[in-house]
Amino acid sequence: MTVQITVTVNGQPYTRDVEPRLLLVHFVRDELALTGTHWGCDTSNCGACVVHLDGTPVKSCTVLAVMCDGQQVTTVEGLERGGELDAVQKGFAECHGLQCGFCTPGMMLTARWLLDRDPDPDEGRIREAISGQLCRCTGYENIVRSVRWAARQEAGRRGADQGRADRGGADRGGADHGGAGRATGEGTHEGTRA
Amino acid sequence: MQVPARFEYERANSVPHALALLERHGPESRVIAGGHSLIPMMKLRLARPEVLIDINGLAELSALGVEGDALLVGALVRHAELLADPEVGRYFPIFHDAERVIADPVVRNRGTVGGSLCQADPSEDLSAAFAAVRATALVQGPGGVREVPIRDFHRGPYETAVEPGELLTGLRVPIRPGAGSAYEKVERRAGDWPVAAAGSLLRLGDGVIAEAGIGLTAVGAEHFAAPEAEAYLVGRAPGAAAFAEAGRIAAAHCNPRADQRGPAAYKRHLAGELVRRVLTRAAARAGSPEGEE
Ligand SMILES: Cc1cc2nc3c(=O)[nH]c(=O)nc-3n(C[C@H](O)[C@H](O)[C@H](O)COP(=O)(O)OP(=O)(O)OC[C@H]3O[C@@H](n4cnc5c(N)ncnc54)[C@H](O)[C@@H]3O)c2cc1C
Ligand code: FES
Ligand code: FES
Repeated sequence: MTVQITVTVNGQPYTRDVEPRLLLVHFVRDELALTGTHWGCDTSNCGACVVHLDGTPVKSCTVLAVMCDGQQVTTVEGLERGGELDAVQKGFAECHGLQCGFCTPGMMLTARWLLDRDPDPDEGRIREAISGQLCRCTGYENIVRSVRWAARQEAGRRGADQGRADRGGADRGGADHGGAGRATGEGTHEGTRA
Repeated sequence: MQVPARFEYERANSVPHALALLERHGPESRVIAGGHSLIPMMKLRLARPEVLIDINGLAELSALGVEGDALLVGALVRHAELLADPEVGRYFPIFHDAERVIADPVVRNRGTVGGSLCQADPSEDLSAAFAAVRATALVQGPGGVREVPIRDFHRGPYETAVEPGELLTGLRVPIRPGAGSAYEKVERRAGDWPVAAAGSLLRLGDGVIAEAGIGLTAVGAEHFAAPEAEAYLVGRAPGAAAFAEAGRIAAAHCNPRADQRGPAAYKRHLAGELVRRVLTRAAARAGSPEGEE
């Protein structure tokens, strides 16, 4: 028996007939060929498979694709906007936040969610947010630095926007910044793309 | 690659619809909430339901808040929601203490309160927390809603008072003005299940303990509670000696088993020490209506 589902992934709706036992991680990787989402432990421990489901990070190896019918999914491929990398992605590049890269997609999606809710997290809050995710290259120091880098960059952009607004030129470019299932909050995204 | 065996999928759109689906599909059907216990069990073929009934769309099970003189926690409330709710922290800091150490933030986004209690794993943290505060479970079947005292809810490992054809819809916790509560756990690493954990609630009056609730998990305490230690405390003045003795009594009456998380004697030691600590913290919090330290 298959069930027809429509899931909006990175802003684009996909309709597929799936077996109910198909896990979200395999739906994204095998049905949609979005292989940025990694599949690791299979036991909801490592976090390599984290995606946003209706704006919230979940471990997609422990979610059935059928349960996502009508919902919004964001994968690592959905982080960049209009060809520009998200501040979190830039932070990982700047601060050597990855070695082999296996844990990276999940780390970046959880970091994005953290910064949307808490734009200036200290090291403790970053480590708590990623505590359900494993980096076997044990690059946690650099991952924390990468997220701090992104937070600083976004704060700087917000400050610059504020400066422009104060001078009466509040031109934010006006593009949509809501995106698939993302809690933008406090204009963090205007910031990254301003 | 771990994949569940084949099953059929139904999505419930109301509680009556979920109950009708449970009745139609019979004993081989199971409800799925967060799926964070059930899907791993299905991958390992420890569970093999023929039909899954998805209750994630049931907004009526997501209620969380004060209703009259009680806190109402819907079965579908996610761990993360219980942790984020300020009223929960004000009246029952024990739940915030516990939720901070249940799994990890991403798992907490998906796992539910109802799923935790119905899973009835002998190491479930929330089972001890709800036992400590003497909650009432609301169980709905074709004949209506039954109220089950939480200490009658767990029948044994992985066994609850929820009969086939029934749903846990939520939990009600009576608010005791001025009571204090706390939870503490020892785990091997961040996000792990407890080696042992304890929770407590204390209400003081006229300089003595008017009500004591003690919950224990992962140490083989019947119904996740420590009634002998509670009885010892009621009517006594709160203090270090009384709390240490209550810990000793609780440790003596639990029945831990050795496993990969540690030997039985170590777990028994933890049970006593954790009970002492949570009583001390609950007493410090008692009396201040703002609850959390
Ligand atoms: C990596 C990891 C770490 C974890 N660490 C901890 C921990 O430290 N401490 C801890 O206590 N727990 C821990 N858990 C368990 C987690 O808290 C529970 O798995 C989860 O919350 C169960 O809830 P669920 O909604 O996912 O339930 P599900 O998996 O959906 O369901 C579990 C069972 O309950 C039944 N059920 C669910 N809802 C209802 C309902 N409303 N009425 C009747 N039956 C129902 C289902 O049929 C099933 O049998 C961990 C889980 C994972 C994956
Ligand atoms: S593959 Fe999902 S948590 Fe490891
Ligand atoms: S970079 Fe290799 S696992 Fe994290």
